[in-house]
Amino acid sequence: MTDGPPPGFGPRLRKEDQRFVRGKGTYVDDVQLPGMLYGAVLRSPHPHARILSVDTVAAEAHPKVKAVITGETLAERNLAWMTTLSADTQAVLATDKVRFQGQEVAFVVAEDRYSARDALELIDVEYEPLPAVIDALRALDPGAPLIRDDLPGKTDNHIFDWEAGDADRTAAVFAAAEVTVTQDMLYPRVHPAPLETCGAVADFDQVSGKLTIWVTSQAPHAHRTLYSMVTGLPEHKIRVISPDIGGGFGNKVPIYPGYICAIVGSILTGKPVKWMEDRSENLMSTCFARDFHMHGELAASRDGKIRAVRVKVLADHGAFNGVAQPSKYPAGFFGVFTGSYDLEAAHCAVTGVYTNKAPGGVAYSCSFRITEAVYLVERMVDVLAFELGLDPAELRLANLLQPAQFPYTCQTGWVYDSGDYPRALRLAMDMAGYEDLRKEQYSERHRGHLMGIGISFFTEAVGAGPRKHMDILGFGMADGVELRIHPTGSAVLRISVQTQGQGHETTFAQIVAEELGLSPDDVEVVHGDTDQTPFGLGTYGSRSTPVSGAATAMVARKVRERARIVASAMLEVDPADLEWERGRWFVRGDPDQGQTMAQIALAAHSSLELPEGVEGHLDATCVYNPPNLTYPFGAYICVVDVDPGTGTVAVRRFIAVDDCGVRINPMIVEGQVHGGLADGIGMALMEGIAFDADGNCLGGSFMDYLLPTALECPSWELGQTVTPSPHHPFGAKGVGESATVGSPPAVVNAVIDALRPYGVRHADMPLTPAQVWRAIQGRPLRTDLAIT
Amino acid sequence: MTMRVAVTVNGTEYAREVEPRLLLIHFLRDELGLTGSHWGCDTSNCGSCVVWLDARPVKSCTVLAAMADGRAVRTVEGLERDGQLDPVQQGFIECHGLQCGFCTPGMMMTARWLLDHHPDPDEAQIREAISGQICRCTGYENIVRSVRWAAKHAQAGPDANGPLA
Repeated sequence: MTDGPPPGFGPRLRKEDQRFVRGKGTYVDDVQLPGMLYGAVLRSPHPHARILSVDTVAAEAHPKVKAVITGETLAERNLAWMTTLSADTQAVLATDKVRFQGQEVAFVVAEDRYSARDALELIDVEYEPLPAVIDALRALDPGAPLIRDDLPGKTDNHIFDWEAGDADRTAAVFAAAEVTVTQDMLYPRVHPAPLETCGAVADFDQVSGKLTIWVTSQAPHAHRTLYSMVTGLPEHKIRVISPDIGGGFGNKVPIYPGYICAIVGSILTGKPVKWMEDRSENLMSTCFARDFHMHGELAASRDGKIRAVRVKVLADHGAFNGVAQPSKYPAGFFGVFTGSYDLEAAHCAVTGVYTNKAPGGVAYSCSFRITEAVYLVERMVDVLAFELGLDPAELRLANLLQPAQFPYTCQTGWVYDSGDYPRALRLAMDMAGYEDLRKEQYSERHRGHLMGIGISFFTEAVGAGPRKHMDILGFGMADGVELRIHPTGSAVLRISVQTQGQGHETTFAQIVAEELGLSPDDVEVVHGDTDQTPFGLGTYGSRSTPVSGAATAMVARKVRERARIVASAMLEVDPADLEWERGRWFVRGDPDQGQTMAQIALAAHSSLELPEGVEGHLDATCVYNPPNLTYPFGAYICVVDVDPGTGTVAVRRFIAVDDCGVRINPMIVEGQVHGGLADGIGMALMEGIAFDADGNCLGGSFMDYLLPTALECPSWELGQTVTPSPHHPFGAKGVGESATVGSPPAVVNAVIDALRPYGVRHADMPLTPAQVWRAIQGRPLRTDLAIT
Repeated sequence: MTMRVAVTVNGTEYAREVEPRLLLIHFLRDELGLTGSHWGCDTSNCGSCVVWLDARPVKSCTVLAAMADGRAVRTVEGLERDGQLDPVQQGFIECHGLQCGFCTPGMMMTARWLLDHHPDPDEAQIREAISGQICRCTGYENIVRSVRWAAKHAQAGPDANGPLA
């Protein structure tokens, strides 16, 4: 019983792969119901225009059209506007104006996909174009066109001001500092672009009054509550099913107008209605990410001791404030911009504005904007190294927090739970062969070759979060689980979080297995169906393992204690005299006298006489309210070669050392890191949703919005350190977004390092060939640089 | 207006009356219920829809069903033989070559074609072969390893599984 590999944690092939490799997954667009109709959305060609009229007569006359829904149709039912996750309102279908190119104007329900699209062409909308706000930096100009005249008393495009840290103390440190550096930088608008676009199948049963909706949702319970709030349907009459999800990355957290339209379409027609957006609709209208205009400053001593960081941000939120983030944090967790360093002071001020662009801002594996925070501070550290002529690795090592400082309260009040930062960076440097790389770079530069070495050190803050600090629309961010132990000893775990590829069916079974000594094969994980699982806020912000994973361990421990009572009755000893060891309770001092979980489970369902007040069975539930966030961290090193003739960047190597605490399934952890590193190459070098001066979206297809392929990605070199979280039940921290957060600055720092012979200190992402080429034009090339 | 299209899919002939404009991906998914092949982008960029048309990988989002008339199509549902996974399928499991699974059928169809023509491809050849397809989850590393696994286990069934990758 005590020999052999532990049943729980460790590399383990995924259960879910059996269906996926056979093409037997069930994604939303795979759902086929009898009599199902298809919806399509008519979208605005204008970024800002008044709607004068919407003529649907011709569309309604199309022989295959069953319904045409306009803003007016919805307004009659008080459904034309819906609440966003930031408690703003967003038009479901526009009634008064359109406020971004691609905004939803009308919805057609037809017998098939193609006819629904055909009928869109038959709708005649008369627009009066209005001047648009495209440049966020001009959004607050006096006389800027007013976007949100629907909001009572609104006279400008301002959404919020938010600050963190101590402005006065930071100013004092800056005033006294020997060295200050300043850099403006844009984290451009990008898009999570999961390969499966967003969509839904809504099926309203007119007899029972029950709505079943299959939807691409990362947060099925939150969706259920929102559908109830928006539509007025009672929540117990709504069942949200998130089947297999083809990637999410934050894109599938919000509710979108198309989902509401599908629901209304089903109510109106009495038939199930499927709506799947196409790729352009996905890129142009659903939750984008970033769009942060940052003005960063560092204060330091001449020998490179970083003393303070200060940043001003203008955040472009688009036409509706639709970001998904805890209520108290309008700029997400950007407050962690103090990074991984021991500072005397810090201050940030963020202003959010409306523009005539698609709504969003928090998405794309960003950990509630820690992506932007890490980019800011890691770029600033390199700018400081540039100005002081210091090696960026040495500069970081001289300023990183030391292990003895944990738990560490940073200058903006976040309490980092645990870490050994220098160890992680030194490991990454060893893996990279850092000194040799610098020597190679030195000789390459003498030959006129542009080779760059970029470093990034990141601290993440994930697992939102403690209920007293964190809620979304008033809903606390605790998650429930339910664990059933069947009489024969196998188990069913019901969780609120939603895999989009993370492998929950495997890893959550491993948590139960680890805690109860069962085989993971004997634990079925149920998720993605609100009728079958307890309430919780879903999967984003790398919160599944820190929150629901913790809940799973806690519920398994409850089961274990219940099993102890049953075992004590079976063995006729006092529960206090029992000891637990990997799947069985045994009598202390007499290991042969014991009962396995399977034996106990059978007895718990039998006629065995149990102590007074013990009702039998082993099932348990748990709600986990995390006491703090967890703080994964990592050290990344990227090596690039840049062609000065074309500006093309080739990523030669990428070394990533991650510390996400205890790893449940290292194979899956490494896969998560791989994906995030590719994201970083995409964002740093290729991805960007730009707009022309007239507000036309220039990133509306995969022809224009470029994602990395296998040719842009190197073979990743991964390393790890393990610093358990002290407050998580089994010491895990979460890892889903670490690499997406940490890798973009490593790539950008590498490219800028490569361009050092041209004296380039900064260039904004995406560092496309054109962008790099522009950065070096007119600059003399120096080949006599010393090794830094 | 409709037209009659007869296509042999995974060895079975299917005849349907369809609109001339119907895309092959929608023919497979909506008409035949073969939902293993996915639609992802409209513009031939992502490759979620890759199937074989007469033994060559094509992006079925930009092929008309009518163009497949009288021809043979192979999809992910046709990879398994006699209840045994193709080594490519097994390789994707063994090497964690998939996460959300959406790009996986298209990737595997390209991988199968590559291995049929180059039984022992190196990393560069594999990356080149799948460079017309996008995966948002894996960063490609484990896809490359999956294809290498399949090359190594070309003759072996799923019983001959290697150790954990």
